[in-house]
Amino acid sequence: MSHSPKAAISALESQFKILSKVEFRGETTLSVEPGAIADICLFCRDSLGFNFLTDLSGLDHFGEDPRFEVAYELYNMERGEWLRLKTRVSEDLPEIHSVTSVWPTADWHEREAFDMYGIRFTGHPDLRRILMWEGYPFHPLRKDFPLGGKPSEMPDVAFSAAAPLEGGPFVTVPSTATTKDREPRARG
Amino acid sequence: MAEIAPVTYDSKIEGNVVFTQLDAAMNWMRKNSLWPMPMGLACCAIELMASASARFDIARFGSEVMRFSPRQSDVMIVAGTVTYKMALAVKRIWDQMPEPKWCIAMGACASSGGMYRSYSVLQGIDHLIPVDIYISGCPPRPEALIEGLLRLQRKIEKEPALYNQKKALFEDMAG
Repeated sequence: MSHSPKAAISALESQFKILSKVEFRGETTLSVEPGAIADICLFCRDSLGFNFLTDLSGLDHFGEDPRFEVAYELYNMERGEWLRLKTRVSEDLPEIHSVTSVWPTADWHEREAFDMYGIRFTGHPDLRRILMWEGYPFHPLRKDFPLGGKPSEMPDVAFSAAAPLEGGPFVTVPSTATTKDREPRARG
Repeated sequence: MAEIAPVTYDSKIEGNVVFTQLDAAMNWMRKNSLWPMPMGLACCAIELMASASARFDIARFGSEVMRFSPRQSDVMIVAGTVTYKMALAVKRIWDQMPEPKWCIAMGACASSGGMYRSYSVLQGIDHLIPVDIYISGCPPRPEALIEGLLRLQRKIEKEPALYNQKKALFEDMAG
């Protein structure tokens, strides 16, 4: 069963500049220009019936340019259709317009993307960190940030120290090998 | 029908007077009414709740009064993963607890960061506040928490309570 919104996609293609269209197992991903994201989202909500923003997340394509990407998962509750929008922002100016005015739920999602990747959402009503404490100097989900963290110091407010990894990070190896070979352990 | 013994003068213990050291008396009172400040931050808090309920019944050891106000509690039980963001709140609550106060680090996360070797987790609450008892386990069973509590009681027994309370006074007297 496909939940791909055929009519909505052709309407978007006629109205806006679509950089690429990827279909995978009934899910459609549209890449769009970062400058037009607020207009596209408003069009999706008002004209195409995507009345629910399921998720908004940041991605880090370290080593590529533009480096960061923002992904929007839209859902049409009446028709049961999904649509994914993606747009790239550069490392030098990681700014994109907020969609909080379109879907208020974007508020905390955008704060999370800002906290973890340092993507700034212009027009956001209250762009503070949401997971790390206010004043923390890094954006920890960036690929060049070590899992154990970096030392930081704010006198009388807070500190952080690098966690001892002792041969880690201990992560599962994705493969079809046996459980013993896949399990998280220190690997030389 | 059983006879009710009349209240009479007890010649064996005159006036029910007991001789002891002031330190021992204070410690005895303190250790048998350790009111916990439950700092439940993760799954350890579920075991903490189980210890308080009927099956394990922490009340048998005088710790039934979970005080959600730091001003009325004696022992902070840090039960769970302390993130850097929460660590500030834990420290603030600890600072608001009146002396004498003790701290139990319950479980692997509170003791050492546990399996969370990452940028967001404080690697043990002892980086911020002094810990008296560490309890191993992930999460520890209620029996382990009660064992920790009993060990804390044994530790309190040995404290120079009066000296700690009036430290400044004793130091003044010494010159």
